[in-house]
Amino acid sequence: MIEFHNVAKRYPSGHAALRDVSFAVARGEMVFLTGHSGAGKSTLLKLIALIERPSAGEVIVNERNLTRLGRRHIPYHRRGLGMIFQDYRLLQERSVFDNVALPLVIAGEYDQRETGRRVRAALDKVGLLGKEKYYPVELSGGEQQRVGIARAVVHKPVLLLADEPTGNLDPDLSREIMALFEAFQRVGVTVLIASHDHDLIARMNHRVLTLHQGVMLNGEGAPAP
Amino acid sequence: MNRRIEPASEPRPAPPPNRRASPRRARSMASYFTNHLRAFFASLGQLLRTPLPTLMTATVIGIALALPAGFHAVLSSVQTVAAGWEGDMAQISLFLKPSVKEVQAGKLADRMRAMSEVAEVHYISPQEALAEFEQSSGLRDALAYLNENPLPGVLVVRPAAQFAEPAAARGLLRRFEAMTEVDSAQLDLAWLERLHAMVGLAARGVWLLAGVLSLAVLLIVGNTIRLGIQNRREEIVVTKLIGATDGFIRRPFVYGGMWYGLFGGVIALVVVNGLLLSLSGPARQLAALYHSNFRLELLGGAATLGVLTAGALLGWLGAWLAVGRHLRRIEPV
Repeated sequence: MIEFHNVAKRYPSGHAALRDVSFAVARGEMVFLTGHSGAGKSTLLKLIALIERPSAGEVIVNERNLTRLGRRHIPYHRRGLGMIFQDYRLLQERSVFDNVALPLVIAGEYDQRETGRRVRAALDKVGLLGKEKYYPVELSGGEQQRVGIARAVVHKPVLLLADEPTGNLDPDLSREIMALFEAFQRVGVTVLIASHDHDLIARMNHRVLTLHQGVMLNGEGAPAP
Repeated sequence: MNRRIEPASEPRPAPPPNRRASPRRARSMASYFTNHLRAFFASLGQLLRTPLPTLMTATVIGIALALPAGFHAVLSSVQTVAAGWEGDMAQISLFLKPSVKEVQAGKLADRMRAMSEVAEVHYISPQEALAEFEQSSGLRDALAYLNENPLPGVLVVRPAAQFAEPAAARGLLRRFEAMTEVDSAQLDLAWLERLHAMVGLAARGVWLLAGVLSLAVLLIVGNTIRLGIQNRREEIVVTKLIGATDGFIRRPFVYGGMWYGLFGGVIALVVVNGLLLSLSGPARQLAALYHSNFRLELLGGAATLGVLTAGALLGWLGAWLAVGRHLRRIEPV
């Protein structure tokens, strides 16, 4: 699902965020990406979502070589992903329903009933079915993150990317969120989670990729079965 | 018999693949229109949620549009009156040769009346001319000393309406001059031409003013939309992250600009017609003192449509330019 071949990312400031990174994540796998802050976790996710372009090397996502993908095609590439952020990034002046419906609206879903059905299905999965009329400020941090997850899965992406999804949450809520990710993985979604929460990662039985100052320590080798 | 009988049960051949009717394409067309329709009304809703700032921006646009529209209205009223004058004023006097007798003159007049360029021909015989001259000049006694009438017969020609304006009337003059019966021809055009030049200058001025103020509308809308983009920066970043195309993000802003322009156009119409209404009474009084039938007309259907269309188009264009400039700079980081 994800392949990095000798990828380097150097910012215009001269800071080398990633050096010669190679790894692969298989379809349907759930993988943690860990490392200190500044190790390059966010940069790596940004390369997958085409928020940044690599300085060298090749990134292949869902059998598509992103190196050769033009600017016009970026939106369509992103529609195949579900992205989850540490600060949730919900639209504050829109209701929970409208936030979750956004990916469907962007993709041009015109059938109101179909939209409603899928939004409610996504909210049901994250346990927020009754809160579709609320606004983000009326929800707790954990609930807001679950809205963010509902928004990330409503359009049935093949790949979920999460950047420190539990960074602002207490351990109990973090465990709930991680359980949600595992549930999505069980139905075939590939999940890549950047996190520095070692305790949480250690308790879950998934492959861990570790970045240290832009270098992948354990990227080579076949993905875990 | 050689008739082919097709069994009823035979399945009909599959219809040829039709690209246009394919469900996938129909679907994408439907999403396209849904997206536009959504942006169309969403942008209207967005503006109506903040009525006061919207009204203020629309009013500024309205005043900018009202100025050229108002001048245009006044000018076209002047032009209507001037066109009336032209018909009355354009007169060609053909002084006939002394050898031309009254019968010949009458035949010439008939020939001219048959021309499509001519509206009216009036013959003044030498006797009539003399009588008129005696009356108007007060030289009766002096004229009595003359042995014979020195005045020639005159044909007074009023050109048809489409030949009344200076250039065409001049062409007509030259044709009449060439006629054998005609000694000389006269056309008094000087002040008609002056009027024409003035109206032409004013019309040019209105267009230039319209051009400058259109630029102002573009800038007003552009700036308003730029602020709107800045206020919704986070929303734009998030929608881009989720996979929105530039077109999707641009759409509500561009429609928003169009609404601003359209509202501005409506305000311009209200302002201009209000001013014209309040001025029309005094203007008619003034015109009556000059024995003129001048009236200030309200903006007509074409002008009304023009103001609304210009407003909407300028708003759309201003927003489009602003969005193009500013949206590209907002990228998720």
